[in-house]
Amino acid sequence: MDTSTWITLALTLKVATWATAINLVLGVAVGWLLARRNFFGRELLDAGLTLPFVLPPTVLGYYLLVVIGKRGWLGGWLYQSFGINLIFTWQGAVIAATIVSFPLVLKSARAAFEGVDPQLEKAARVLGLGEWALFFRVTLPMAWPGILAGTLLVFARSLGEFGATLMVAGSIPGRTQTLSVAVYEAVQAGQDSVANTLVVIISVTCIVVLLVAGRLAPFRVVR
Amino acid sequence: MKMLSTTKPVLRRCAVLLGATACIVAQAADLTVSAAASLTNAFRELASVFEAQNAGTKVVFNFAASDALLAQIAKGAPADVLAAADRESMDRADAQKLLVPASRRNFVSNSLVLITPADSTLVLASLADLQKPEVKRFTLGTPSSVPAGRYAKGALDAAKLWPAVEPKAVYAQNVRQSLDYVARGEVEAGFVYVTDAAIQKDKVKVAFTVPTETPISYPVAAIAGSPNPDAARKFVDFLATPSAQRVLAKYGFGKP
Repeated sequence: MDTSTWITLALTLKVATWATAINLVLGVAVGWLLARRNFFGRELLDAGLTLPFVLPPTVLGYYLLVVIGKRGWLGGWLYQSFGINLIFTWQGAVIAATIVSFPLVLKSARAAFEGVDPQLEKAARVLGLGEWALFFRVTLPMAWPGILAGTLLVFARSLGEFGATLMVAGSIPGRTQTLSVAVYEAVQAGQDSVANTLVVIISVTCIVVLLVAGRLAPFRVVR
Repeated sequence: MKMLSTTKPVLRRCAVLLGATACIVAQAADLTVSAAASLTNAFRELASVFEAQNAGTKVVFNFAASDALLAQIAKGAPADVLAAADRESMDRADAQKLLVPASRRNFVSNSLVLITPADSTLVLASLADLQKPEVKRFTLGTPSSVPAGRYAKGALDAAKLWPAVEPKAVYAQNVRQSLDYVARGEVEAGFVYVTDAAIQKDKVKVAFTVPTETPISYPVAAIAGSPNPDAARKFVDFLATPSAQRVLAKYGFGKP
């Protein structure tokens, strides 16, 4: 394996780690909201946020180009106001991976929170815990295995994100070219030996992640 | 009864779909042409001309970067004709014995241009201008799989500019993606063929024609082992006829 393969692997891990960190925070917050708060449009919000799971990545990539592109309404504003450009950057790849994998943690987190017995929370309240302490000392620890399993799935999905990433971040070796895009390029160029190395790396990494996820989350917790 | 009236169109659609699938399986007269992405618009129009002249033959296209097409064919994709955008990809197909011997010929020529978004105020007069700080990024096809990218890199290499401008390069999967990046204003400049620039006249403008190391000519050949060798041969010959050349010229392609 040459250095460029290592750089590609490092970039892929960086993008996946960022996407996972962002999704962990968002997934816990929104998952709890959907599980514990009853508000108008709750299921619609859930459906809307699950959409990236069923939409083709190319559709998401196109949405992202239209929204965060230099001439998109958000991207245009970012560029005009702060000189920030997201297209063809690794941050753009993070955004793509984050959106595509978000439903995985959201579904797990919501199920995990719903699995926490409200009686226990009531008891904690009676014993004098405030709402924040209750969340961090009772609810979150009990829901944690399910959330963690979802988070690992997010990581695995982010590692393999292709369609939206290619459209938003492009394929710049060393800067935005992730493993999955590198595989595509290698096959397109007929470089099968490069493709073989890359697919082995991706497969092994994903198997490890799945094994760890299975370890951390017995089925009774995820439901 | 209401129920029936709503399900009927769905059923009918299913039947049409099934029928279409059956056609794909049954009709040996389908001609699959794998063609370079830059030929997309011209070839779509050519298909109707060819089909009118050859009743019963239906032309099916597969457009992508030339090397991607080659990789597919090398892996056994059922293509009948390959129309590539440079000699190198066709030479490699030849070396892998994928072509019908002696069926290969050049059928059009093209030229490489540097384009900018139509509303750009940037003035680019030569390749050296890509070094300007206003050019933050420029796009070209991935040189290992896209002929347009190879031509562009070749020109930059010849001008001894490649090491200086390479950090600004954004690679595209085919020449039409480069065109799209510029049209959306995501990059300040891009290398495409003059025929591509003409497709999006309202969104991009040509800065200058890029001098290429080798003249840009498009080779076409029938694929060995094609189930329709006669139709494949006919299509290859058809591209040289005046009626086909007229359509190609309309899209800006030059004589071979």
